[in-house]
Amino acid sequence: MQELIRRYGISLSVIMAAMTAFWLLALVVIPNLVLFKFSFRLYLPVDQLGGPNDVYTLKNYITFFDSPIHINVFFSTIMYSSMVTVICLIVTYPIAYMLAKVLKPTDTATFFLILLIPLWVSEILRSFAWFIILSAQGPLNALLAGIGLIEKPIRWITGFQAVVVGLVYAYILFMLLPIYNAIQALDTNQIEASQDLGASVWRTHWRVVIPHSKPGIASGCVMVFMLCAGSVVVPSTLASTNSRWFTEIIQQWMFEGLDWNVGSAYAFLLLALCIVFVSLVMRLLNVRLVDIAK
Amino acid sequence: MNSQTFAKIAVRVYLGLFILYMLLPLAIMGGAGLNNTRFPSVYPWVGFTDRWFIDLWNDQRMWGSIRNTTWVALAVVMISVPIGTAAAIMLNSVKPNVRSFLYGFMVAPILTPGAVIGISTLLFWNSFGVSAGLYLSVLGQVSFVAAYVMLLVLARLQSFDPGLEEAALDLGASHGQVIRRILVPHLYPAIIAGAVIAFFQSVENFNVTLFTRGNSDTLTVYVGSKIRTGITPTINALALLLITVTVICAIVYEVLRRRAAAKAAALVAAED
Amino acid sequence: MSEDVHLSQISMNFGSFRAVDNVDVTIKPGEFFSFLGPSGCGKTTILRLISGFMEPTEGAIKIGGKDMRGIRPNARPTALIFQNLALFPLMPIWENITFGLEVRGVPKTIRRAKAEELLQLVDLHDSADKRVSQLSGGQKQRVAIARALAVEPKVMLLDEPLSALDLKLRQHMRAELRAIQKRTGVTFIYITHDQGEALAMSDRVGVMSQGVLQQVATPQEIYNNPTNGFVASFVGENNVFTGRVKSASDGVAVFETPKGDFSAKLGQNISVGDVSKLYVRPEFCTLHREADAKANSLMVEVSEIAFEGNFVNVFVKDRSGDTHMVQVQNDPSVPPPALHSSCHMVFNPASCMILAEAKAGRTGH
Repeated sequence: MQELIRRYGISLSVIMAAMTAFWLLALVVIPNLVLFKFSFRLYLPVDQLGGPNDVYTLKNYITFFDSPIHINVFFSTIMYSSMVTVICLIVTYPIAYMLAKVLKPTDTATFFLILLIPLWVSEILRSFAWFIILSAQGPLNALLAGIGLIEKPIRWITGFQAVVVGLVYAYILFMLLPIYNAIQALDTNQIEASQDLGASVWRTHWRVVIPHSKPGIASGCVMVFMLCAGSVVVPSTLASTNSRWFTEIIQQWMFEGLDWNVGSAYAFLLLALCIVFVSLVMRLLNVRLVDIAK
Repeated sequence: MNSQTFAKIAVRVYLGLFILYMLLPLAIMGGAGLNNTRFPSVYPWVGFTDRWFIDLWNDQRMWGSIRNTTWVALAVVMISVPIGTAAAIMLNSVKPNVRSFLYGFMVAPILTPGAVIGISTLLFWNSFGVSAGLYLSVLGQVSFVAAYVMLLVLARLQSFDPGLEEAALDLGASHGQVIRRILVPHLYPAIIAGAVIAFFQSVENFNVTLFTRGNSDTLTVYVGSKIRTGITPTINALALLLITVTVICAIVYEVLRRRAAAKAAALVAAED
Repeated sequence: MSEDVHLSQISMNFGSFRAVDNVDVTIKPGEFFSFLGPSGCGKTTILRLISGFMEPTEGAIKIGGKDMRGIRPNARPTALIFQNLALFPLMPIWENITFGLEVRGVPKTIRRAKAEELLQLVDLHDSADKRVSQLSGGQKQRVAIARALAVEPKVMLLDEPLSALDLKLRQHMRAELRAIQKRTGVTFIYITHDQGEALAMSDRVGVMSQGVLQQVATPQEIYNNPTNGFVASFVGENNVFTGRVKSASDGVAVFETPKGDFSAKLGQNISVGDVSKLYVRPEFCTLHREADAKANSLMVEVSEIAFEGNFVNVFVKDRSGDTHMVQVQNDPSVPPPALHSSCHMVFNPASCMILAEAKAGRTGH
C-alpha cells in the first residue's frame, strides 16, 4: 500500500483501491458468499421469512443426495466433461506444438487469425452448427448415405455423443491457446539438444516438451473442464431425452421450480466440483494457481 | 520419400484437417441461411434465396435484442475497463504476498462457471432491490470481464519503466498528470485491446446473461430461445452475417498487420 | 538564481543498514560539487534524499535555507538527471524537454520556443520533432539535461550520467557538462564512482565510503592532501608501506617499516607509536643508480615496464618481493632503467603521507 501511495499520491490510490474493492467485494466475493448462505436456507413464501421455519439447514443439499437421478446426472456431467477434456488435449497438443515450433511465425499468426473466427461467432451458434450437421436430415447423414455407408439416416443426436461432439468443437480452442503459449516459451534449443543426444520424438516430447508445458496443459484442462461442466447452451441444444446435463437441472430449479434456494445449493455443488477439479489438476501436474492464467 | 518430408506433409495435412474441422461447420451453418428449405440444411440444395434475410430484417424482437445486447456491452466496457485498469495498476504496486492474494480473487471469476456467476449476482443484488434485467446482466458480466481487462493491462505494465513516473514527478507533475501523461499513454494498446475484448465477451456471453436478464432479451439468449422453440433458417442468416463480419474484420486486421510488419522491416533495413 | 544546499547531519537507515551516516556539508550556490565513492557508499541515497524521493531518518536538508522535510519531489526546486535518463519514449523531443513547463500550464507556443532555445543551449539542432529512439547516447544525455534545465531548478542533481557512454564520448561530455554549468550558473550536484570525472569537472569533491563523508575539498586538495588512507587510495595510484610511527616533530615523522625508516608528512589523527600506512604516488617516485641520503630510498629491481603513451609505468620489486610502481614521463631521450637492472627508488619526504584508515561512522564500524 505504501508503494502505491508513494507512486500515485493518496487520493488516486484511494480511488483505485475503492474501484478494486467494489469489483472484488460487490461483484465477486460477497455474491458467492450470499450464494453459499442461500443454499442453506429454505424457499419460503414471503410471510414465513424470518419466522420459525426460516432456519439454516442442509435440506437443499439433501434434496440432491436423495435424488438418484440428479446424482446420476451430476456424475455423467463429470464423466463426459472429463472425456471432452482428454479428447481436446490429445487433439490439440500436436497442433499447439506445430504452431509453436514447426510453422513460421507469420504462418502461425495467420493460422490463429483463421482459428479465432469460430471464437467470435458465439458459442450458441457453434453448437447450433453441429445441430444442423448431426440432425437426421442433415448433411452428415446425407454424406454417409451418398457414399453408401448407410441406408437409412442415423439418429446422431441421442445419448451423450452429440453433446460430446458439440462440447469439443465449442471449447477446443481454449485448450489450444494455453498449451501453445507454454510450448512457445520453450527454448527450441532444448528440443534440438534432446534430439541431438539421441532421444526419439516420443521421448523428446515426454521428457522435454511436456514437462515444460505443464502449466499450459493444466490451464487448458481446467478451462475446458469448467466450461464443459458449466455449459448451458451446448447440452440444451444437442442433448436428448436420455441425456441431461447438470446445468439443465439448475435451470429447472431456478426458472421452473422458482426455488432459488435449492438452485443455489446445486449451483454451489457445481462450483465445488470446479474447485475440486482445479485443485486436483494443480496437485497432479504440480503447478500453482498463478501459472493458470492467460 | 524420407521421414523428413513425410513428417512435413503429415504436419500440413493435420493442420489442414483441423482448420477444415473448425471452419466447415460454420460454412454449413451459414450456407443453410441461403437455402430455400424450411428446415435449415445445405443438402438437398433447393435454391438460393434471400427470404430468410428478409424475415430476419423484419424480426422486431431480434432488433430489440440487438439493442439490448449493444447497450449491455457498452455499459460493460465503460465499467470494466476503468476497474480492470485500476486493479492492474494497484496490483503492480503492492507487496508480493498481497499481490498473489488479490490476484487469486481477480482471476477466480474467469474460472467460475457462468451459471454460478449469474445466480450469485442475482441473489446478491436482488436483496438490494435490483431485479433481474439488463442492469443485473451488466453487473454479472463485469465481474469476469474486468478480470480480462486486468490481465491485459497488467501484462503491458511489465514493460513500463517506473523511472519515467519519478522523472515526471521530479519535473513538477502532479500525480494526476503523471498518470494521464505518462502511464496511461503507455497502457493505451492494452486498454484498447481490453475494451475490444470486453465488448465481444459481453456480446457473445450466454450463461451469465441467461440467469440475470429477467424478461429482457439479449441476442444470444434470443437465438437460444429460437433454437428451442421454432427453428427457421433466419438464425442461419444471422449466423452468416456474423461470420461474414468476423471474416472481413479478420482480413482487414491481417492486411494491416502485414503492412505494419513490412514497414518495420523496411525501417530496420534502411538503418543499416 | 541558484541556491546553496545544506545537508545537516543527514543519516538514512534501511532497517538495520545505515546507508548514510551523519553527513554534514554545505554546497555553495553555483558550485559544481561531486560525491565520489565506490558502489554502495551512499551517494545515490544522498541524491534521492535531496530530490525528495526519500526522507532522511535523521537530520535536515535545506535548500536556500528552507527546510525540505515533508516537501514532495514535485514541489522541490531540484531537477534530477536519472542514470538511465528516463526520457519519455512516447513524446517527441520538444515535448520531453518542456514537460516540466507543460505540467505548470505554460501554453504550447511558449513551450515550443523554449524547447528550441534549450536545444541551442545544449548544442542539439533540428531535433525538436524527433523521437527518443532516433537519438544517440550522447544526444539523449543532452536532451535529459535540457529537460531538467527547462524547469529552471535551483539545484541540478546528476546520477552517474556518463557511465553508459563510451570513453571518447564520456570525455567530450565532461567538458560539455562543465560548460553548461558555467553558462547557466546552476548548482550542480554530481555523483560518480569515476575519480577522473570528479576531479576534472568539480569545484569541490566529497569522497564517501560506507555512508560516511571522508573528505570535502577541491580536487587538488583531495589528490595532494588526502585526509585518510581511503581517500588516498581511492583517488589516484599509490605505493603503500605499512609500519609504525617512530618519532615526529613539526608535522614531519620518522616512519619505521620492515624495509627501512622513511621520513614523511604526518597525517591527521596519528600519534607517535601508532601502526599506520605510508602513501606515496608513483609520479613522485624516481629511479636512480645511487641512493639519495636526503630523501627516502629503497633498493629495487625493475620487474616490468608498461608503456602507456604519455607516461611509462615502471614496476619494481624490492628485496622482500613486494612490487611498487614508478611513473615517469615518456621522454625518448631519457629511457627508463633496463629490465632486471638494480636501482634505487627515491621519494621525497614532502610527497609522502602517513595516513589513518577511513573515517568511521557514528555507529563506528
